[in-house]
Amino acid sequence: MLEINNLSVEVQGKTILKEINLSIGKNEIMVVFGPNGSGKTTLIKTIMGFSGYNVRSGEIIFKGDRINDLETEERVKQGIGIMYQHPPKIRGVRLAQIAEFLSKDKAKNKELAERLSLTEHLNRDVNLDFSGGEIKRSELFQVLLQDPDFLLLDEPESGVDLENISLMGSVLNDYLKQREKSALIITHTGYIMDYVKAKRGCVMIDGRFWCAGGPKEMFETIKEKGYIKCTECHDKKRIE
Amino acid sequence: MTKSELNKTLDPEDIDIVSSSGMDLSEKTRSASFLQADHQVNFYRSLQKGIDILGIEEALDKFPEAGQYYGKSFKELNREYPADTKGGYFIRVKKDQSIKLPIQACLFLKSQGLKQKVHNIIIVEEGARVYLITGCSAAKAANEGYHLGISEFFVHKGGYLNFTMVHSWKEDVTVRPISIAMVSEGATFISNYICLRPVKNITMYPTAVLKEEGSRASFNSLLLSHPGSLQDIGSRVILRAKGTQAEIMARAVSLGGKVVARGHLKAENKDIRAHLECRGLILSEKGTIHAIPEMESDLRDVDMSHEAAIGKINKEEIEYLCSRGFSKEAAQAIIVRGFMDVDTLALPDFLKKEIAGLEEKILSKAF
Repeated sequence: MLEINNLSVEVQGKTILKEINLSIGKNEIMVVFGPNGSGKTTLIKTIMGFSGYNVRSGEIIFKGDRINDLETEERVKQGIGIMYQHPPKIRGVRLAQIAEFLSKDKAKNKELAERLSLTEHLNRDVNLDFSGGEIKRSELFQVLLQDPDFLLLDEPESGVDLENISLMGSVLNDYLKQREKSALIITHTGYIMDYVKAKRGCVMIDGRFWCAGGPKEMFETIKEKGYIKCTECHDKKRIE
Repeated sequence: MTKSELNKTLDPEDIDIVSSSGMDLSEKTRSASFLQADHQVNFYRSLQKGIDILGIEEALDKFPEAGQYYGKSFKELNREYPADTKGGYFIRVKKDQSIKLPIQACLFLKSQGLKQKVHNIIIVEEGARVYLITGCSAAKAANEGYHLGISEFFVHKGGYLNFTMVHSWKEDVTVRPISIAMVSEGATFISNYICLRPVKNITMYPTAVLKEEGSRASFNSLLLSHPGSLQDIGSRVILRAKGTQAEIMARAVSLGGKVVARGHLKAENKDIRAHLECRGLILSEKGTIHAIPEMESDLRDVDMSHEAAIGKINKEEIEYLCSRGFSKEAAQAIIVRGFMDVDTLALPDFLKKEIAGLEEKILSKAF
């Protein structure tokens, strides 16, 4: 589904991602761990093609095609969707307007809004005065209406209480269980792994992948010994 | 004086232009209508009891009390006003009348190089409620036109006036509205102003005087500034009595023209609350928006605030929508439409739909 080869990315003149390689197949969920500032969000934003994330070398292949030069909206058309960690507030643009753009199926929109407790938010300006949990539910709502084949989830559970994590986790899991859906998930808390079946995890530190393995075991080790263990391990290898 | 149908008073080529300033020529959704072209009062009639509507000169002849209102608001503020006016409307809603459908009035500039100068008087008697929509527009032939409109509003005790003014000028027309609203005890004056088409120069600074306890005023403006246009638009509220409230809100989008958004709140008594807000979006490098908010008080027991924000569309917002599949152009358009949302005006639902429709027609050409 997604293949990244020797990708180096510069942001404001500083190299953030350093020759990274990554491959995520159909029906596969990859979890990325890493300390703050290690380059995880840069990776997601580069895959989306946002401005300011300058690819200096390497390539991003999606469904067999190189997408380096595609505009963001073209990448979306190819089947990539993102759930933001910190989305902007847009005054005057209602959540319902975005929902109607993403899906013409009114019944489906209504049902998903109800399931994510967002019915009353539909007529509000997107993200304006939304709580942390509401923002995450709104992000999940939008990206699922978009129905992408490949989901980029940037800290989907941060700032969300346990009840809402459970709700979002089950909605997300139902979605990912569908055929040929894949995802790359960034997580700090690891809670999301209780709901989605991720078989692979990796650790990013200082713009490089340092380790790969079973995500739950990796997360336990990180919790116990910190990210320093990942660098000491020196099992620096291409993640495939 | 009245003709059987309002649209028959207009030349066919003027019908669209007059309609685009919010006039319902069928009158189906209106309780009363007034139309003046150049200096000529062409049409007026009321379809409901409790409303007086006619030309100002005729009203001064017919109603002895009308003369007491003429120039009264200017005298109370020690201000002078141009006396060389001709035409304008006199609208009065009688005591305790609640008028469900809006009254409409149109001042139309038809001839080339004409200077239209009108004096309007609007009286809402004690306990009455009314919506008034006025459309001012210029015919294609009205090149280098000039419009001066004096409006005096009197909202008596417990009255409610929701006044919506739609300006639909053209790039070589100069406009000078001069308005004062006198608001009595417990009464409400709401002004909604919409100017989305090109204009050469429009300068106005309407004033509301909250002269008795518990009165309220709100000024709301939506402005779209085209290249070559100057819109110097202010709103002033003098909070003269205790327990009064005011709000001034302006949204301006510059496509290359200049907007000066002024606002002035003056507290002259205690226990007042007032807020002033101006937001501007500049979409062209040639555009200018200058926000000048002013607040004045000699008293402690007041609650006054203002906020102003001007800038271009946030790149992050565009990218966010692109990441949902919008093109950059579609993302910009939906953000601008949202910014100019008619919900920011204090309109009743039935007028909201109408004004949104008018706005959509203009914005869909601009974006």
